[in-house]
Amino acid sequence: MIFLRLILVNLLRHRIRTLLSVAGIAFSVAAMLTVVTVLQGAIGMFSGILSSGAEIIVFERNVSDLFFSDVAPSAAAQIAAWPTVAHVDPVLFGVVSSTDHPIITCFGVTREDARIAKADWISGGGESFGQAGQVVLGQRAAEFLGASSGTQIPIGHGTFRVAGIIRTRNGFEDGGVFMPLADARTFFHKEGSSVVTVKLHNRDDAAAFKRQVRSTFPNLIALEDAEFSRSYSQFKILKATAWAVGGCGLVLGGLGVANTMIMSVFTRIREIAILRVAGFSHIQIAAVIFGEAAAISLAGALAGLALGSAALLGLKLAPALHGYVDTSLHPAVMLIVVLLALGTGLVGALYPAAYAVRSKAVEALRFE
Amino acid sequence: MTTHANNERTEPVIHVESVWKSYDDGAIAVLNGVDLTVHAGKTVALCGPSGCGKSTLLHLVGGLDVPSRGSIAVNGMPLDGKRDMVRFMRHEVGFVFQLHNLVPDLTMEENCLLPAIAAGVRRSAAEARLHELAARTGMQDRIHHRIQKLSGGERQRTAICRALMNRPGILLADEPTGSLDERTSAVVFELLLSLTRNDGLTLLMATHDRALASACDHSVVMRNGRIEHGQ
Repeated sequence: MIFLRLILVNLLRHRIRTLLSVAGIAFSVAAMLTVVTVLQGAIGMFSGILSSGAEIIVFERNVSDLFFSDVAPSAAAQIAAWPTVAHVDPVLFGVVSSTDHPIITCFGVTREDARIAKADWISGGGESFGQAGQVVLGQRAAEFLGASSGTQIPIGHGTFRVAGIIRTRNGFEDGGVFMPLADARTFFHKEGSSVVTVKLHNRDDAAAFKRQVRSTFPNLIALEDAEFSRSYSQFKILKATAWAVGGCGLVLGGLGVANTMIMSVFTRIREIAILRVAGFSHIQIAAVIFGEAAAISLAGALAGLALGSAALLGLKLAPALHGYVDTSLHPAVMLIVVLLALGTGLVGALYPAAYAVRSKAVEALRFE
Repeated sequence: MTTHANNERTEPVIHVESVWKSYDDGAIAVLNGVDLTVHAGKTVALCGPSGCGKSTLLHLVGGLDVPSRGSIAVNGMPLDGKRDMVRFMRHEVGFVFQLHNLVPDLTMEENCLLPAIAAGVRRSAAEARLHELAARTGMQDRIHHRIQKLSGGERQRTAICRALMNRPGILLADEPTGSLDERTSAVVFELLLSLTRNDGLTLLMATHDRALASACDHSVVMRNGRIEHGQ
């Protein structure tokens, strides 16, 4: 208890300095938590688009981006005929432009695709989906395009009739255009589809299915949902970026802790000498210094979690980002962020602790 | 010159032999060949003007510093690299300084318990010892007071309690009354003497106050880093 008091006493003695250090860690933690959560949410949404209720994604091997993948219709048909397969959906991804909106995600899908077949329709319906020259819009796309069912909208060099408007919780889909697959193939000059999403009768057959794809279609690759999220290079880049940005923030926070601890040790070198004279070992002296750093880091991490949660809530409520960010906090991310903050603080205390341990008590006692 | 501040019937607990201490690669010589033997249970005053090396000698005997040349043995064992100095400082010596050297934001109780915590003494045993010492020093009503709230004399009595917490056999006091007024100084010194004599401790005290020195069993006069004479 007194050991703890010894740690807290010094932090409370210099409240402003302590608060600044806690704030440094808190902002770093909040930044890391926000960036990582938003990006993980975005990745989750994107992989949700790809799978859309299916379990396996089949796409062209060795493509740098799914936009460049082209799975032949014959391959999709052959896969659909395999006995282990319950259902397949070929999906073509593309980017289209409209007046004032240069980038709109376009989904070339069939009428049977879950996105259309099980859609929450705001207006119109899926009955006419598939007829040439008709598109379905996500609610947000309809809003920013100023379109309603039955109106004509310009897309690329053509004009399409809005057959209906659907509501979806996925921001990318909500801001997207759904085009009949045949139209999309013509529009994007493709023969097949970007991916084929596959639902199996029995998920346990996934490994056998993947082997079958590999042996039957050497130019294609089949991955399960989680496997795809882990291995897709774009996701890996996004995740690495998120952790790198957050990590930089934490390094800055850690430097703040290091500065605080150095000041703390320098200004009470005499007090540290008193502890030495009282019989404190090097380990006990270092434990006091590391304890202070840990207290600052933990306080900062907790404040950062609160701050980050508030920031994420703010993003979630922002109308412009509606549906685009998944702000659910993952316990694993929270734990990693807290541990990183703690680790950073302790690393920041290494030099001050070494200095405190190496200082000669007799010289420090002369220090006024 | 070897000075025996002693009673030959008791064991020598401090044995300083030809000790030299200098700083800045010998540029500043503080001790120039000191020999001193102190026997168990004796109170010995190190006298002399400021800068004569009293504090340095105390620091060397207490293991806070190492001599440039010569050897020091405490309780029959040399203070060298082979000795467990942390254990030595926890259990064999207690320090009282001129400036009380207490942690200002802690209470009297917390300051006194620091050596016990360092040594891993059970909390109940440490508290019992604290209350015993507080009663003997008249500090029982000040136990929960923060150091900033205590007078100079009370702070020095707290420092004495802390020094005696782990029942060391040797008490090293560096001008323990130097920062106190005359009346308080006399009270604190009397307390220090009675505690050490009642518990059979060995006291080695640096002081430039001849009156205090004369109350000790022996006094040793230092000048220019040497022991001039002892009685």
